[in-house]
Amino acid sequence: MGNQKSKIGNRQSKIIRSLVYVVGDNIDTDQIIPAQHLNLVPTIPAEYRKLGALALSGLPADYPPFVKPGAMQAEYGIIVAGRNFGCGSSREHAPIALGAAGIRAIVAESYARIFFRNAIATGEQYPCETAVNLRTIFHTGDEAEIRLDREEIVHVKSGKVFKLKSLGAVMPVVSAGGLFGYARKTGMIAH
Amino acid sequence: MSMTITEKILARAADKAAVMPGENIWVKADILLTHDICGPGTIGVFQREFGRQAKVWDRERVVIIPDHFIFTKDEMSHRNVEGLRTFAREQALPYFYDPGTPTYKGVCHVALPQEGHVRPGEVIFGTDSHTCTHGALGAFATGIGNTDAGFVMGTGKLLIKVPPTLRFTVNGLKPDYIMGKDIILRIIGDIGFEGATYCAMEFRGDAIAALAVEERMTICNMAIEAGGKNGIIAPDEKTLTYVRARTSKPFTPLYSDPDCAVAKDYTYDVSAFEPCVAKPHSPAGYAPARELKEVKIDRAYIGSCTGGKLTDFIAAAVILQGKRVSVDTFLVPATQEVAAGLATEKINGEKLTQIFKNAGCLDIAPPSCAACLGGPPDTFGRTHAKEVVISTTNRNFLGRMGSGDAPIYLASPLTVAASAVTGRITDPREFL
Repeated sequence: MGNQKSKIGNRQSKIIRSLVYVVGDNIDTDQIIPAQHLNLVPTIPAEYRKLGALALSGLPADYPPFVKPGAMQAEYGIIVAGRNFGCGSSREHAPIALGAAGIRAIVAESYARIFFRNAIATGEQYPCETAVNLRTIFHTGDEAEIRLDREEIVHVKSGKVFKLKSLGAVMPVVSAGGLFGYARKTGMIAH
Repeated sequence: MSMTITEKILARAADKAAVMPGENIWVKADILLTHDICGPGTIGVFQREFGRQAKVWDRERVVIIPDHFIFTKDEMSHRNVEGLRTFAREQALPYFYDPGTPTYKGVCHVALPQEGHVRPGEVIFGTDSHTCTHGALGAFATGIGNTDAGFVMGTGKLLIKVPPTLRFTVNGLKPDYIMGKDIILRIIGDIGFEGATYCAMEFRGDAIAALAVEERMTICNMAIEAGGKNGIIAPDEKTLTYVRARTSKPFTPLYSDPDCAVAKDYTYDVSAFEPCVAKPHSPAGYAPARELKEVKIDRAYIGSCTGGKLTDFIAAAVILQGKRVSVDTFLVPATQEVAAGLATEKINGEKLTQIFKNAGCLDIAPPSCAACLGGPPDTFGRTHAKEVVISTTNRNFLGRMGSGDAPIYLASPLTVAASAVTGRITDPREFL
């Protein structure tokens, strides 16, 4: 998808300012995108958008709706999460559904390996990590600003600033627009 | 330099003398596995990035095994399988196991080794998190997403990080009531849902050596439920016998050096293990089965890559012979080979199919992933309401088998069968 590939590659400012949606620990891929929707193929544009409308539809009923009924995207651009975000399946539909819904960054205490990798490989969103529990600071609907170059997240209303862990070796892959961009840039595959 | 089996396989695949945990390396894939859920998206990425006319890097090494949404009226699922069919034809892929034809096999992680595609010392990437199953045969095998798989499809290579190894030594004489499932559920319960994130989980010891190959597969299959990158068991005579019966292709087994360094060592005595379950909604929710005998169940499910192998059905049949189930009991053999085994394997002269029929189980379904992951609404065994399920599958996440109101307890086939008889969670020792 053009939009999929360009989402991160075109981002110059390295600043993401948006409303946040807050979730707990161990948000698994079945909660991010329930298996019955895996008949949708992410590389088909209409189905990519539909995955966005279904993102996080497997969360327990006590969560507020992530995507409002009838909407195709969420009003949130950032997810604040606990530990082990994205555990479970290798379904790339998961980071893609969140990206299609408008999520540009996740700030979690830790990630499951395959989700983390898929977020980077697709370039759908930045999988940022925080050493501290931000769920006592940020509440769903709060505004946040992520400054990727300074590796920090700001709680806009209070002005409080929190350090993010360095994206390290992930950064060149993400800044190249994902796995294919990185591989072309480094000469691993032809242009 | 001393290395673990995982490091040695990755070093070989990277054409390096040695690799270290944490190192990022390009490795060559020996096998790329995909199925009907992630295959269409993988092909989409491959054609978008390499061109509509591009050829896969090696057609002998791309294995497509549709298994997830097969026996459904869902038209999009059929469209997706048709897309795989077209791709396999265009690319002249020799290993496409086509639903609705005699080549159809069933669940990819049981079919892949059965069809001889898993060989010790090799590197297997699959678009499914349970690809870690194949480490049971001494391969490095891990799950990847569509984008990575599209990359492998075009180049035969992938950039990966060498994982540190957590080593689990399981010694002692295994009691008959303990299965591979009890061993892995206990380990996951101890180290936690993310206790092995990014790590290789290597299993060894007397109790592992005593297990049949299929039981070892159950253990490696669930490495991902602790966040593991791969599960692995060094090949032995049982492994080599299994593999050589199924492929004539050459391979080179690799083994950990005796003095290799690992990130952490764990040691267990299997004789102290108890039949157990994982309580909803985490595979790390360990509890001995005997502690949950007040929990009533509405259905029992035996199937999937984790618990739908012939050894799993034999274990269930040992319990069910001469008894009646008191709840709906769903049986889904993983593959055609397993299904054929049910009709030939006997206990005390009685075929497994007959034992299950006499016990009052529902008619055996054709091989597929079926309700392990919910799936389309008409999927066999899928939950739709508040059914309490005990299952031989791998995940008990909220809504995993279809309904978010249906709690799932994971257990061995012995424990599932014992529970099916009583209608409550039951330690199989009550029947053995």
